[in-house]
Amino acid sequence: MFLASPSALKRNGVLCMNKRNIDYIGRYNPRKYYKRVDDKLTTKQLALANNIAVPDLIGTVCEQHEIADIPAMVHDKDGFVIKPSKGSGGKGILVVTKVEHGRYYKPNGQEVTPSEVYRHVSNVLSGLFSLGGKPDVAIVEGLIQFDPVFDGYSYEGVPDIRLIIFKGFPIMGMLRLSTAASDGKANLHQGAVGVGIDIATGKGLHAVQFDQPVDFHPDTQKKLISIAVPQWDTLLHTASMAYEMSELGYLGTDMVLDKNKGPLLLELNARPGLAIQIANGRGILPNLRHVEKMGNHNMTVEERVAYAKIHFSANS
Amino acid sequence: MHSKKPFYILVALLFISGIAASVYRGIEHSVPFLPGKQVQSWAVDAKVSFQGTGEPAEVSFSLPEDPAYEILVENATSPGYGLTITNNAIDRRAIWSVRSASGKQDLYYKVTLIPTGQNKLLADGVPAVPTTYSWPATEEAAAQQVIEEVWSRSATSLSFAQQLNKVLNANERSQNIELLLTSNTPTKLFIRMLHSKGLPAKEVSGLYLEDQRRRQQLSNFVEVYHDGQWYLFNAEDGSQGRPDNLLLWDRSGTSVLDVIGGVNSQVNFSMLQDTRSALATAIDVMKNDNALDFSLYQLPLEEQSLFKGILLIPIGVLMVVFLRVIIGIKTSGTFMPVLIALAFIQTTLLTGLIGFLLIVAFGLMIRSYLSELNLLLISRISAVIIVVIGIIGLFTLLSYKFGLSEGLTITFFPMIILAWTIERMSILWEEEGPKEVIVQGGGSLFVATLAYLAMSATWVQHWVFNFLGIHLVILALVLLMGQYTGYRLLELKRFKPLAGEK
Repeated sequence: MFLASPSALKRNGVLCMNKRNIDYIGRYNPRKYYKRVDDKLTTKQLALANNIAVPDLIGTVCEQHEIADIPAMVHDKDGFVIKPSKGSGGKGILVVTKVEHGRYYKPNGQEVTPSEVYRHVSNVLSGLFSLGGKPDVAIVEGLIQFDPVFDGYSYEGVPDIRLIIFKGFPIMGMLRLSTAASDGKANLHQGAVGVGIDIATGKGLHAVQFDQPVDFHPDTQKKLISIAVPQWDTLLHTASMAYEMSELGYLGTDMVLDKNKGPLLLELNARPGLAIQIANGRGILPNLRHVEKMGNHNMTVEERVAYAKIHFSANS
Repeated sequence: MHSKKPFYILVALLFISGIAASVYRGIEHSVPFLPGKQVQSWAVDAKVSFQGTGEPAEVSFSLPEDPAYEILVENATSPGYGLTITNNAIDRRAIWSVRSASGKQDLYYKVTLIPTGQNKLLADGVPAVPTTYSWPATEEAAAQQVIEEVWSRSATSLSFAQQLNKVLNANERSQNIELLLTSNTPTKLFIRMLHSKGLPAKEVSGLYLEDQRRRQQLSNFVEVYHDGQWYLFNAEDGSQGRPDNLLLWDRSGTSVLDVIGGVNSQVNFSMLQDTRSALATAIDVMKNDNALDFSLYQLPLEEQSLFKGILLIPIGVLMVVFLRVIIGIKTSGTFMPVLIALAFIQTTLLTGLIGFLLIVAFGLMIRSYLSELNLLLISRISAVIIVVIGIIGLFTLLSYKFGLSEGLTITFFPMIILAWTIERMSILWEEEGPKEVIVQGGGSLFVATLAYLAMSATWVQHWVFNFLGIHLVILALVLLMGQYTGYRLLELKRFKPLAGEK
């Protein structure tokens, strides 16, 4: 059959877009706090104030004439990332992994000319990538030295860990691995591989690419579900803390593992996508309902993580 | 979480009031539910003529008042005469007056009537019991005999009138009736006999409407009251009930025409049948009833046609909400498809699609050059807008030269929207490749096409402009869909791996 039956999806607790928007985002995410997550610069500052590790901030560019300062900003760095502060869906992120004699190279080895960098930042400032086309700020960040534990699991890009945090509880997790098809990006709809991660152990459960189950990474042929995310507890803690920091009930946290600094919070998302369910091979609703049934709690971050590990593991 | 009850009550109220307003429009104002409907109308001319005697003349002429016909237009022409139209409780009359009239005088009254379908003659109240006619001594006995005989064979006032009418018009009349008819007309006799039993009855006059008839006269009828209604009888030929083509001219029971200061007065009627648009007729009727006070029809025509376009937008918006919330189709820009669909209405679908694709394709080519220039976003988009205007101008000129009149409508495309579309598509092309451009652009065009098909249906256009209540229904539907938390159709495909069918 071409389409799944709605009742089968419902039985398996699959959350859909309309329900997510109305019953979760609309109900648990107060509009006034959106700025904390929609503006990455604000998120970064909030995270620093809350002792959450984030990638290095090299500098910001707020005005067109400041673009000329970028070469000076990055001349002693190995690489850098330029991203729009209010971008969404990974749009407008320029990654330079090698800086050599004032010449810039992308992860795939392609050279980026200074004029291309200039134009990219100019577009960012004009609001091309921001929600609603508002004028934006470009953030120049340090490159993440990603943990070699993922070697062979990701093609070109940095693998990132997405956790859905509901009222402070980690509910569901996924590892996003870029592929040749996704052009080094970690967005599932562009062809990145999503691996569902067990909340209790940090181990791989199930993997998909283009919404279809896969067993091996398409570029490196490594077995995907044998993956285990190191420093899993720290990751869960950091992500849970984002709840207090952002005060958003339904939250997506994106983190990366840095070789030296451990888990770093990349960004928060007030409207996390639903593909995480496909990566996990199960619906998220039972876990969400579980937390809703608990009502108001005053558990600490540690208690919440411990509770989640018991109740939201795929094997529980 | 707060209760959803008030919300559902609001939606239900919007829905019901929208439907009710539309039905009221349709029934009370006879606005046709389907476009292009025609109705029959009658143009009746009455010509009053008399011989003036040189004295001051006053002509009082009864005007038609029939629930089965609505007056659309009426006017009276009479050079040199003063004219008043009086409207009292009993009847409406036109009163012509002149200081001195001599020789043959002709006065005209013209009226356009449309059938209302209200063929029953409902009474305003119970009429007073009539005064009994006192028969001359010679007729007394005969009349009483007939009345009592018929009375004994009847049960109600209606059946009494029916029986009486039959007896008066029987093939072989009794001697009593022959006697009575020598000094009474059948109509008068009928009424007098009814009055003898205290039954309300009155003489009325009516006109048979027949197409292209001239020099017609009024015919006499009798209205008999029974149980809240007046029933029509023709005592001259014994028929009962209301003929389909009868227009009741005077129902007051008084004279149709009174002339003071003139002799040999008479009235002739001529008539013509006509078909006209039911909608235009309904609007004219509303104009007459001053029901237009707060309606779009009173706007100047130019604003009306503007509103016809604007009122289509809710349909397009409803379409987009449905396709996005229930089906789950992605479009580039939330309401861009509606604007494109509005342009399609001007250009027609095929020309519109071809024009859109041509402009966007050329625009993308030019945009790819602009992107090498490293311009600021604002000036780049401005440049694209100017280029789009140039492309539109070029295509218009070319299609004019080649004699393709369809190409000329390309100017209806909203240029700023096109420029933004080109810009977005171009970025999409650079970031995610041409495939995504085709998917998203195709999705937008698909939604625009569906919105166009919905918006261009003649009955939809008829409804959204003439039944404004329908917009409340659309609002209710949009609100309702805004609360839909179920799966979108395309999500059923997307989440298929999660359905547990291993």
